[in-house]
Amino acid sequence: MSAPVISVRDLRVSFGRGASLIHAVDGVSFEVAEGEVFGLVGESGCGKSTILRAISGLNTEWTGSATIAGRPVAHRRDPAMARIVQMVFQDPYGSLHPKHTVETALMEPIRIHGLDNGARRIDRVLTEVGLSPAFRYRYPHQLSGGQRQRVAIARALILEPRVLLLDEPTSALDVSVQAEILNLLSDIKRMENLTYVLVSHDFGVIAHMCDRVAVMNHGVMLEELTIEDLMRGRMRHDYTRELYEASAGYSRRLETRADEADAAA
Amino acid sequence: MSEPILTVDGLSVSFRSPQGVVQAVRGISFTVGREKVGIVGESGSGKSMTGRAILKLTPPSAEVSARVLRFRDIDLAAADERAMRGIRGDRIGMILQDPKFALNPVQTVGRQIAEAFRIHRSASSAEAKERTLAMLEAVKIRNPRRVFDLYPHEVSGGMGQRIMIAMMLIPEPDLLIADEPTSALDVTVRLSVLRILDELVSDRGLGLIFISHDLNLVATFCDRVLIMYAGRIVESLPAVELHRAQHPYTRGLLDSLPRINERRERLPVLTRDPAWLTA
Ligand SMILES: Nc1ncnc2c1ncn2[C@@H]1O[C@H](COP(=O)(O)OP(=O)(O)OP(=O)(O)O)[C@@H](O)[C@H]1O
Ligand SMILES: Nc1ncnc2c1ncn2[C@@H]1O[C@H](COP(=O)(O)OP(=O)(O)OP(=O)(O)O)[C@@H](O)[C@H]1O
Ligand SMILES: [Mg+2]
Ligand SMILES: [Mg+2]
Repeated sequence: MSAPVISVRDLRVSFGRGASLIHAVDGVSFEVAEGEVFGLVGESGCGKSTILRAISGLNTEWTGSATIAGRPVAHRRDPAMARIVQMVFQDPYGSLHPKHTVETALMEPIRIHGLDNGARRIDRVLTEVGLSPAFRYRYPHQLSGGQRQRVAIARALILEPRVLLLDEPTSALDVSVQAEILNLLSDIKRMENLTYVLVSHDFGVIAHMCDRVAVMNHGVMLEELTIEDLMRGRMRHDYTRELYEASAGYSRRLETRADEADAAA
Repeated sequence: MSEPILTVDGLSVSFRSPQGVVQAVRGISFTVGREKVGIVGESGSGKSMTGRAILKLTPPSAEVSARVLRFRDIDLAAADERAMRGIRGDRIGMILQDPKFALNPVQTVGRQIAEAFRIHRSASSAEAKERTLAMLEAVKIRNPRRVFDLYPHEVSGGMGQRIMIAMMLIPEPDLLIADEPTSALDVTVRLSVLRILDELVSDRGLGLIFISHDLNLVATFCDRVLIMYAGRIVESLPAVELHRAQHPYTRGLLDSLPRINERRERLPVLTRDPAWLTA
């Protein structure tokens, strides 16, 4: 394997103090190779979004070390990092400013980073995410959920980053639009040779998109497994198996078993 | 099944706009008893508007009409805003699709849930706090005492969703309309939350309308499922038969799901047929 594009060592993030102190991320390490899709699954509140916010530079209060594309992630604001790594959020409503047109939203990073050919870049990136250039004049409320998520992806791509951090990018979308967005993410990954970290609660999405997946619980990574192993149910940890079995859907029987495991823990 | 809890007959919701009339819901009819009724369908098919119309929570620009809209012995169609305020939350709860918008950003989540309890049941604040902590624990929030004092922006996506669920369940409604209530939850916590709802249906006779994009979940959790397309119910099935659905639209939705045991190069997406609009 060539040098990893993402390398994270002993990442720790905590919030609050005293009785309400919580170690949201409690010593996490992982590496992601170029062109790889690395999945992140785990209990709600276990620290997945917190990891992405730390390595994308959105949150600067963390310890440990992280390197992306050979560049150490700084523990302070580092605007240059935006050209290497970008994040796409779950909520296509919250992530776009309601009073900004698509063009304004896409122009902002171009302006901040002093890039030339703004109009050409916008046309290119809109085409890339499957929107006609006419969409540049639309406001978020004039877009469907799927179109909004395409705009959010376009905004993440406009600075031509090497890495996209995708935080539940399709969980707010219906299944057909989800299929469109997942196909789109596969296409642009191939075209731009991108590397992804993908957070999802949906094992179907993880199995479809990822090469490897890490399972988290309570701020730590329990295990990493290849998708091959996930699909064949070859996991080491009981918690991973619980997640795997629970993803088949609801049944009173399974549910009871998960609860007993909970009580035993 | 005994008397339905909710009867909906010929419900329509439309919006007038400069571009013409948008028909969000087109004359749909269904009943809900002491059971779990799923509503699935693509984005924009009218699922949320159906739920909101029952509680008269549609936007002011919406026009709502129905031949019958009855909750137990109450004619919702005729109920005024004051009567509705007494019904909402207390007798019919609704978990909104986006919990972040539904919570007050400047009040701790614990106070908001406790308040929801006290509005509907007279209780001391100490008792309301106890009930709130118990409810947070029931929805599998780790360390409820810590979370009680957090503000909405300090909780994760899935915690916010469970806080909304706790807030809606605490007044013990007869009917619960849950709009994508578990989309942000990991699969094991999701099942725990669903079990709470399931028990309320079987033990207390709650009626549940469960709106979701997750076809596998609806197929395994609900008793019946309504499939909506463009404001209409195009198919209605026992939930266990969802995977044997006949309508090409329902088949298309099922095909577009990524599968855990099979990797496909590309996922098929819907190709819509104009005939679905009239069928
Ligand atoms: N600003 C904050 N202040 C206090 N606690 C926080 C803050 N942000 C996150 N946390 C806590 O950190 C923990 C991890 O949160 P995070 O959002 O990373 O979870 P997650 O794994 O993404 O969960 P989900 O799947 O529900 O989105 C949670 O306990 C959360 O309450
Ligand atoms: N304020 C509004 N003005 C005009 N049209 C509206 C308004 N609100 C909703 N609509 C339209 O009503 C239709 C039904 O919307 P609804 O929110 O019920 O869809 P949904 O099935 O819940 O979709 P999703 O799965 O995305 O939540 C959509 O076509 C939508 O564009
Ligand atoms: Mg998260
Ligand atoms: Mg909706």
